[in-house]
Amino acid sequence: MKKIFLISTFFFVLVNSVYAEVDLRDKILKNLRCLVCQGQTMSDSNSDFAQTIKSVVDDKIGHGFKEDEIYKFLSDKYGDWILFNPPLKKENYLLWFLPYFLFIIGGIVIYYLSKKTQIKRK
Amino acid sequence: MLSNFGITFLSITFLTSFLLIYLSFNELKTANNKIPKKIYNFSSLQLIFTILSFLTLLAGFVVSDFSMSNVFENSHSTKPLLYKISGTWGSHEGSLLLWINILVLFSFLFLFYSNNNNKKFQLYTIIFQNFLIGTFLIFLLFNSNPFSLLFPVPNEGLGLNPILQDPALAIHPPLLYIGFVGSSIYFSAALAALISKVETKLFARVIKPWVSLSWFFQTLGILVGSVWAYYELGWGGFWFWDPVENSSLMPWLLMTALFHSVLVLERRLGLYSWVIILSILTFTMSVVGTFLVRSGILNSVHTFANDPSRGLFILTFLILMVFSSIFIFFKYSTTEKNTFKFLSKEFFILINNWFMVFFLLVVLIGTMYPIFLDTLFGTKISVGPPYYNFVLAPFLIPLLFLMTSGPKFNWISSESKKIFDLVFFISLFIFLAILFIVKEKNLIVNLTLIFSIYLTIQSLNDFYKAFKNKSINLSRVISHFGFGLLIFFISINHILSIEKNFNLKVGDEKNLSKFLIKFENIESYKIDNYQTIIGDFQILNKKNLIKKNLKPEIRIYDQPKTMTYEASIDSNFFSDTYLTMSNVSDSELFNIKLQIKPFMNFIWLSVFILSLGGVLNIFKRIKKV
Amino acid sequence: MKKNKLIIIYAVLIFIFLILYLSLDNKKIYNTEDLVGKKMNEVDLLYFESEGTFNTREIFKNKFVLFNFWASWCAPCRKEHKNLIRLSKNKNLEIIGVNFKDSPQSAKKFLEELGNPFSILAKDPDGKQSINFGIYGIPETILIDKDSNIVKKYVGPLNLKDVNEIRSIVEK
Repeated sequence: MKKIFLISTFFFVLVNSVYAEVDLRDKILKNLRCLVCQGQTMSDSNSDFAQTIKSVVDDKIGHGFKEDEIYKFLSDKYGDWILFNPPLKKENYLLWFLPYFLFIIGGIVIYYLSKKTQIKRK
Repeated sequence: MLSNFGITFLSITFLTSFLLIYLSFNELKTANNKIPKKIYNFSSLQLIFTILSFLTLLAGFVVSDFSMSNVFENSHSTKPLLYKISGTWGSHEGSLLLWINILVLFSFLFLFYSNNNNKKFQLYTIIFQNFLIGTFLIFLLFNSNPFSLLFPVPNEGLGLNPILQDPALAIHPPLLYIGFVGSSIYFSAALAALISKVETKLFARVIKPWVSLSWFFQTLGILVGSVWAYYELGWGGFWFWDPVENSSLMPWLLMTALFHSVLVLERRLGLYSWVIILSILTFTMSVVGTFLVRSGILNSVHTFANDPSRGLFILTFLILMVFSSIFIFFKYSTTEKNTFKFLSKEFFILINNWFMVFFLLVVLIGTMYPIFLDTLFGTKISVGPPYYNFVLAPFLIPLLFLMTSGPKFNWISSESKKIFDLVFFISLFIFLAILFIVKEKNLIVNLTLIFSIYLTIQSLNDFYKAFKNKSINLSRVISHFGFGLLIFFISINHILSIEKNFNLKVGDEKNLSKFLIKFENIESYKIDNYQTIIGDFQILNKKNLIKKNLKPEIRIYDQPKTMTYEASIDSNFFSDTYLTMSNVSDSELFNIKLQIKPFMNFIWLSVFILSLGGVLNIFKRIKKV
Repeated sequence: MKKNKLIIIYAVLIFIFLILYLSLDNKKIYNTEDLVGKKMNEVDLLYFESEGTFNTREIFKNKFVLFNFWASWCAPCRKEHKNLIRLSKNKNLEIIGVNFKDSPQSAKKFLEELGNPFSILAKDPDGKQSINFGIYGIPETILIDKDSNIVKKYVGPLNLKDVNEIRSIVEK
């Protein structure tokens, strides 16, 4: 009974999650760095530049641009510096994969530390 | 006048740390097992003089003695007293003086209150700590002297950056410094323990209260910093994954790992070398953070005025520190047999350390990667919130689950326990009820919700059990409870936050799906050193028909000419209404940002509960002694 | 074994510290001056005085073009203006001015006072077209070669050194 409940709940959550939707404009602006204001996102910034970018992003969304196309457009003009989410390029491979790699290494170390005892117990 | 006093006091402090090193070295050779009185006396003297030097600078700020360039640059005679006082540690030089005060204070406290009947260990700790004190004094006196003079003496000071004039920010640096500078004492103790070959259990018991203490203050420091960012920066957020924030998070993660693994060491179950490494790393990360912040190589919201020579000094210090500690570690560390039973308490603590170190590495890589890329290839990239959220958030789910289940297991033994128990089903029901209201669709967020509720309920259950059965570790229960709540409220806040951005003219109305906003009026007048523009807004909640009056502000300061945007926040128990406005150039329009931020107070409260567990840990130690 | 470990750790750390040492000299403030070599987008710009627009593709096909973004409210623009006048005498170069977020009256007054170095004058009242050029603060100046590749970007006012650099590129 409990197991059925458990499985059905997770199934429900999983199915329900497929339709995740987000406000695209908000998501894009939160991912853009305001170049003139020390580490703020475009979404948070009140600067003149940020306000222009906001209306350009609005235009692009209106013209049917996809999220990635807007990032591409802006990083062509301003460099990858403008993106808070570094694109998955060759020079960023280490940034994206090194953490997972190190996590796995840590797991292996712990596995060996605790495995030794199990063998002993037998 | 004051300047001479300050420099004299500092020189005496330097002299005493030199003497302390000298005397301690000599004492190491003698046979008797008592630390002589003169070492205690010199340590007290050192504390008195370093505090005097700090009070001298404080006096300089309070009486506005502009003959000291540090006072001139960071104060103003019309500034309120609180900010004159906080100006003492508001600048690079002053905060470095605070650093040294805390180094000395911990050296003193360790000598007097950490009575562990191991003279060699005690003396070596004092020696290492005084090496740190001496080096930082040299840095202070020759590179960043807070007492340097200015001639001719100006009549008025330059004032403090307006966004730094805030009560939360006045107490933020001292809290944070006690946290991460306090970690210096177990850095010194770790090196001392290696050289003097201290018994492992003793070492664990000696450093435990210091780790809890620094962790407690670090947690509070981060909390106060976030509160400041939320109320003062006017962006509506409280954590931005900014490099400066990251530098305070990195030592915190290590401290968290450390006081978990100390528990294992205390029971003589191994991890000696690992605890030593963590102790060394914590202070090292604090210095790395200081380097990143003070050298100015990072582009951040919080950057201090910077100067490359500072960076060079801190880097040199860091190199010496790291290389000599690694050398000492390899020379003196002994190989030990670490064996852990699968599914024992120590196994789960190991897993905790695994996660903490992973979090640390993510933050470290995210912070340093742009620097490396820029230096090696000249490519500039930004690593911001989307990166950290993407990499870290999924790992919170297993962490929450392990925090719930781990404590159920016993030391050494390896019996399996029922994990999905009644508490878990209660939590699932609560989750489903919440899901019914909030209708969240993101899988990661939902799983985070389930497991944070599970942790919270389980902790409540343990709390109840703790009263019947004294063997349950109450400080663990409280801290885990706080962490569960924190993640729960951050998730709920993330789901239910509303953010609306639009342009309005005076007199106009904006009709949103849940709110009606009316821009009633605008006023502008001149206050002291700035011009203020205050908007008057009525916000009607269409559901419950409650009206709120909010008055966001734009301030234009004249010296230097800067604009700041003051958010107007209506904070009630459950939810904050957060309004900012900014002018749109060449038009009558104003850009208005309305944010509804539910459960902000609960987020602050959760962190506070989290930190309480640390206090309890300190008191428990004292009671035992 | 222990020794090897020590050597590896030291080597890694020396590398890290070396990078940190070198990073002290990194430029602290970001600008887009390094983003050159890309092809210019085709952008429609509004004429400053007459009605209508022109496309950047259609103009001066066999010449170097210098785009200058300016406004009358920008003090450094005033400072660099005499350098633009100097460059406007160059036969191989056409200067296109883009008047940025400005009022027409004060822009006209500005040119009457200081002279008009621009072959074509365009305007960008809401600043949106300038995003296509990667502008984030003015004055900014972009040099385009005959195949409409971006050769140089100058963020901030042009000084005499920049003028000479542009001349030498153009006359090559």
